[in-house]
Amino acid sequence: MKNSNKEPLFHIVKRDVLPWYKSWGIRAIAIVAALIVCGIITTVTTGLNPLKVYGAFIQGAFGSGRKVWITFQNMSILLIISLALTPAFKMRFWNIGGEGQVLVGALATAACMITLGDKLPNVLLIVVMSISALAAGAVWGLIPAIFKAKWNTNETLSTLMMNYIATQIVAFFTIVWEVPKGSFTVGIINQTTNAGWLPQLFGSKYLLPIVVAAVVTASMYVYLKYSKHGYEIAVVGESEKTAKYVGMKTGKIIIRTMVLSGALCGLAGLLLVGGINHTITTTINSGQGFTAVMVSWLAKFNPITMIFTSFLIIFLERGAGEISTNFGLNQSFADILTGIILFFIIGCEFFISYKIAVRKSSKEN
Amino acid sequence: MAEAAVKLVNITKSFGQVKANSNVSLEINKGEILALLGENGSGKTTLMNMLSGIYYPDEGQIFINGKEVSISSPRIAYELGIGMVHQHFKLVDVLTATENIILGLEGKLNKKEAAGKIKEICDKYGFDINPDQKIYDMSVSQKQTVEIVKVLYRGANILILDEPTAVLTPQESEKLFNVMRNMKADGKALVIITHKMHEVESISDRVAILRKGEYIGSLMTKDTNASEMTDMMVGRSVSLNIARPKPVNPKPRIKVEGLTVRNIEGIEKLKNVSFVAQSGEILGIAGISGCGQKELLEAIAGLQPAESGSIKYINDVGEEEELLGKDPRKIEELGVALSFVPEDRLGMGLVGNMDLSDNMMLRSFRQGKTPFTERKSPHSLAEKVVDDLEVVTPSIETPVRRLSGGNVQKILVGREIAHAPTVLLTAYAVRGLDINSSYTIYDLINKQKEKGVAVIFVGEDLDVLLEISDKILVLCGGEVSGIVDAEKTDKNTIGLMMTKVMNENTDTKEE
Repeated sequence: MKNSNKEPLFHIVKRDVLPWYKSWGIRAIAIVAALIVCGIITTVTTGLNPLKVYGAFIQGAFGSGRKVWITFQNMSILLIISLALTPAFKMRFWNIGGEGQVLVGALATAACMITLGDKLPNVLLIVVMSISALAAGAVWGLIPAIFKAKWNTNETLSTLMMNYIATQIVAFFTIVWEVPKGSFTVGIINQTTNAGWLPQLFGSKYLLPIVVAAVVTASMYVYLKYSKHGYEIAVVGESEKTAKYVGMKTGKIIIRTMVLSGALCGLAGLLLVGGINHTITTTINSGQGFTAVMVSWLAKFNPITMIFTSFLIIFLERGAGEISTNFGLNQSFADILTGIILFFIIGCEFFISYKIAVRKSSKEN
Repeated sequence: MAEAAVKLVNITKSFGQVKANSNVSLEINKGEILALLGENGSGKTTLMNMLSGIYYPDEGQIFINGKEVSISSPRIAYELGIGMVHQHFKLVDVLTATENIILGLEGKLNKKEAAGKIKEICDKYGFDINPDQKIYDMSVSQKQTVEIVKVLYRGANILILDEPTAVLTPQESEKLFNVMRNMKADGKALVIITHKMHEVESISDRVAILRKGEYIGSLMTKDTNASEMTDMMVGRSVSLNIARPKPVNPKPRIKVEGLTVRNIEGIEKLKNVSFVAQSGEILGIAGISGCGQKELLEAIAGLQPAESGSIKYINDVGEEEELLGKDPRKIEELGVALSFVPEDRLGMGLVGNMDLSDNMMLRSFRQGKTPFTERKSPHSLAEKVVDDLEVVTPSIETPVRRLSGGNVQKILVGREIAHAPTVLLTAYAVRGLDINSSYTIYDLINKQKEKGVAVIFVGEDLDVLLEISDKILVLCGGEVSGIVDAEKTDKNTIGLMMTKVMNENTDTKEE
């Protein structure tokens, strides 16, 4: 028999449910720790003063009134896409097709603006645009949902594939609509007439997406928490067997939820084309369909928490962009810093659920 | 007596806010069978898991043969000669018995030598297995035997068996007990965790009792009796009789005819099953596990498509309604109040991550015309169930997966009987439940029977089936091997019918 009388140095113990202030305290410590590590790495690798770098970070996001507005506008779009994915995720339907669903929504919006721009009165045009964008996104969500409901195919693959299809269709239409010919870009649509441009709220061109995001956030929160649909989504997600046991039609629920998820992505597409960019490119969404997956997960699928997580991601993104231009560092360095900060933020969740108990070295008796 | 094989001193272990064990001190002696008793959630399995290196105690000391040890992994437990056979077997299906037994051991792989050593162990204690048989070809009892031989092969002198008889027929249990007696005679220390009192009385030398994580005391088995042990477990006196009220005005309620069911793989799980369940009666269903009990109940509940046959529901005025081919919601819309307590509570009847109130809502969330759920009545139902059935829970807002097995079952049964069923289907309603919870459940079922509910009770403890049922239907390999009057039969007859012996002799009965 070996001498197995050695005490392990530490072991992991599950925690009680922490009060909110303690768990947010841990998260705050994690962010501070992340900033310290980032600072050390910045100084060691670039010789810059980390405080200056952080200053630039904040400058990037909040440096001017315009920058603040853009930060919040970008955050709104990301938030809407994250909220769109959330009901699917709650149902354990891994919709990573947000990218494609946003794109087809954007495409439908652009199509309406280009083909109907001079044929319909502006109000009617915007109504048609909105319906088309939501419907296009819904169809893009519906297709993988039907595959899943009828034949139990893997939704991760099918929603992912739908992204590529959407990108290719948009690429095709970019050439159909290109202005001027040979430029491979659509250019600003209806630049002179402004037909189909979504209205400005209170004279601000940034406000509309922000208001829409606020409404979607509140509605999604209520939908998931208090509606019968929301309850069904939760039960199907937790246990399909239990759902069947109480007579829920799981196929129907999956399809319905994905139509909603896709339609909300389509809404983001509508805002991107009709409200912000007034043009369409294959990269108009700049990967936010995937970023939204992280936003939704970081928030543990809670719509209210998603306000903070989407803000965090956009803040990091814009700050990182700023330091890479200001200090002549390339984008990769900014990515490293963003990566470190996210690592700490995600990692600290472990310390919220568990604690590490270190053995006392002295033994009694 | 010589030094204790195991001595636990002031062991404490918590999971979050739950204290699974607090200050437990216990001795396990060589050449002795110790029965570890306690209600669900009293910390028996946690305590034994700390001995076998799965958990590490927060506080306290463990001495093996008088020497203090620190068991930080299952490997160290093996090195110390401690072996545990878990409720859920941990075997690789596609490997043979021998391969499973030597899996994970260091040193040169020599199957022949290993098979020889296994044979030796089997002969010594009276095990009956074929070392070259694949696990997937084995019955539950054979798999268990492999698990026991596995720990003996690794030189275990201290064996812990966690509810070993839960999956065995009476005959198989008796066989296991004989082997245990042989091991005891060989000087090994054995611990058995069980809820069945008659087993405690027949196999153990000493009993140790835990209650709510605390050590209550130990007694010599010969000096005590079932009711004293139960009182110690529960902390107050409990009556141990299952009532069997006479059925009042029984009328056919569920009529099953020629039911044949195949599972997804195309294997016939039920063959031509026919029977009638009457209102105000408890129809017990006996059989070795996996003989079609699950499929039968699920077919009635509208969850299992059938190949042929019919399941008719007969209401109070004698109208018949076909249930087969309808899903649970359609059955509900027909006005058939059917309650189903499935075997897999957290996998089917409840949602583990939801709280008590949300789980109550599973049956009622469709009520009301608004698109929003009505949360007050499920919340008050949850409170009522917690009160009536003495559910131990930190709050109504606690996710049910955090509760112990017995409390989970109370929530499920409480919900299912809350909507005044006319048919109640229960699968292993007391599996894994302690005595006190079990009797609460029996009582609830009996109350439903007295209300005129047709109860179909799938059970595994034959003593209980014989006491509670009016009639017993015995399934064997998906066929009905007989329906008997519970008052006029005995355990042996049913045990034999479960293995079809009865049928081979008398046959022709149901054809």
